[in-house]
Amino acid sequence: MNEIIRYSATELAAKLRAGEITSVAAVQAHLDRIAEVDGGERGIHAFLHVNGEEALAVAAEVDAIRAAGGADAEALHPFAGVPIAIKDLIVTKGQPTTAASKMLEGWMSPYDATVITKIRAAKLPMLGKTNLDEFAMGSSTEHSAYGLTRNPWDLDRIPGGSGGGSAAAVAAFEAPLALGTDTGGSIRQPGAVTGTVGVKPTYGGVSRYGAIAMASSLDQIGPVTRTVLDSAYLHELIGGHDPADSTSLNEPVPALVEAAELGASGDMTGVRVGVIKELQGEGYEAGVQERFDESLEALRAAGAEIVEVSCPNFKYALGAYYLIMPSEVSSNLAKFDGVRFGTRVLPEEGPLTIERVMGATRAAGFGDEVKRRIILGTYALSAGYYDAYYGSAQKVRTLIQRDFDAAFELADVLISPTSPTVAFELGSKTGDPLAMYLNDVATIPANMAGVPGITVPGGLSEGLPVGIQFLAPVREDARLYRAGAALEKLLEDKWGGHLIDQAPELSAATTGGVA
Amino acid sequence: MSAISREDVAHLAHLAHIEMSDAELDKMTGELGVIVEAIASVSEVASADVPATTHPIALFNVFREDVVGPTLTAEEALLNAPDSVDTRFRVPAILDGE
Repeated sequence: MNEIIRYSATELAAKLRAGEITSVAAVQAHLDRIAEVDGGERGIHAFLHVNGEEALAVAAEVDAIRAAGGADAEALHPFAGVPIAIKDLIVTKGQPTTAASKMLEGWMSPYDATVITKIRAAKLPMLGKTNLDEFAMGSSTEHSAYGLTRNPWDLDRIPGGSGGGSAAAVAAFEAPLALGTDTGGSIRQPGAVTGTVGVKPTYGGVSRYGAIAMASSLDQIGPVTRTVLDSAYLHELIGGHDPADSTSLNEPVPALVEAAELGASGDMTGVRVGVIKELQGEGYEAGVQERFDESLEALRAAGAEIVEVSCPNFKYALGAYYLIMPSEVSSNLAKFDGVRFGTRVLPEEGPLTIERVMGATRAAGFGDEVKRRIILGTYALSAGYYDAYYGSAQKVRTLIQRDFDAAFELADVLISPTSPTVAFELGSKTGDPLAMYLNDVATIPANMAGVPGITVPGGLSEGLPVGIQFLAPVREDARLYRAGAALEKLLEDKWGGHLIDQAPELSAATTGGVA
Repeated sequence: MSAISREDVAHLAHLAHIEMSDAELDKMTGELGVIVEAIASVSEVASADVPATTHPIALFNVFREDVVGPTLTAEEALLNAPDSVDTRFRVPAILDGE
């Protein structure tokens, strides 16, 4: 394996700045890796589109600026030339954006998302677009219209979802950085089951302009990386106010890199860590609980004050989420009607009216899970049921926020397992939607309240990664990076390296790719 | 709360403009029944004195100067249209019949 792809983004950026490696070499190393492990019979299939030509051109431009030196080289972003992969829910000019749906097959966005504009300005070469559950609806990436993604730790298991492609790309060393989106856990749960780091920022902390909307009051774009420090750099790069997103917070991005560097000392003296009573025990695998308890011990030994907090209304969060999210989905996805963009399918018989064209288009363009959620949302919003369903769910949202407020009186950060289980086998839950929904039980409360969350690797259970989640109050993302970096340091000292170093070697031989 | 019937699902699919076969309606009715039962617990705690939250962080109206910013050209806007004519989207008949 080429050593270049093993570096963290921060390490790679330093080598690029020092002139030890060129950006072209870095991009090429990752493109070679993608060719080797992504496309074969049992390939990872993290990518729906590989953007090699443009990525190499951007890399060459960065190399030329660095070689010339002077003010232009000085002005480069510290991560200029470090490649990145983009979840295919985020729109990009010059590359197709599909949301992993047949509805948008071949669709070329006429504009860039704000996060993409920032990535272009910082000159990070984009390696391509990563796979996801269709329109980000799912917890396993098995609901993609373009085939599943495999977990690099075990090719017969799910990489999580909806952002399984971004998490798997980073875990398989196909990219050092990726972007994800998180509506109910779509960054954090894939991070947990692939042994990587993922952050859902405070709602409004990163512009959503150009993220194809699933549930607008819950969606958030965030970083997907292998280290906490890398996430901090990427979060600072993509964060900040955007006039094009009226829900974006009009305030500066917190000092996240500084917080991660502070945490990397491993010292947690004086930090109050609240264990959420309701997010453990029944439903959580024994191996997950063991790794979680070990993490608590490590934090306690490093000076943290461990307290128990109770969030009694979290048990209603999943139910409320599966009313609010589908309600917003049914509205947001109404625009896919076969008129202005995307697929148009004509009915096979009968009169050719716009209404019947819409019905045929949406029947053919959407997959089962998307249809299920649209119907559920239409139901929750319909006359006679609105108060009982949508209205009640909004009240539960208030109760969850109050639970968080009370918990943060007692603790600076909260902690829980990110996912109740390790990665499950491909196909084992696709026939049972409710069982699939339960995967997000620990991640959903954060989206309901808008608070930020991070997942960091917590060790292995039966050879598969376990994720540890920290949650912080709204606008206090920096606390996540402090605590996350500290736990990362404490556990890596114990393991003698990154958790991902324990992942099985992937090669063309194991995946059926190009050697 | 009442259970969701096959007729309900057929009506909802019509409202949502999604054509569904008989087999799909049967499957969807069964799945939605299980899901609706599981999420019905929200009404247990949602008492009248709890205010509703529509948005995670309190929102205020956001204004901007009334000036034209960057917009798509007609050509760009039509780039992905399934059908267009001149500078317009072309759609099938709005009304059935004559």
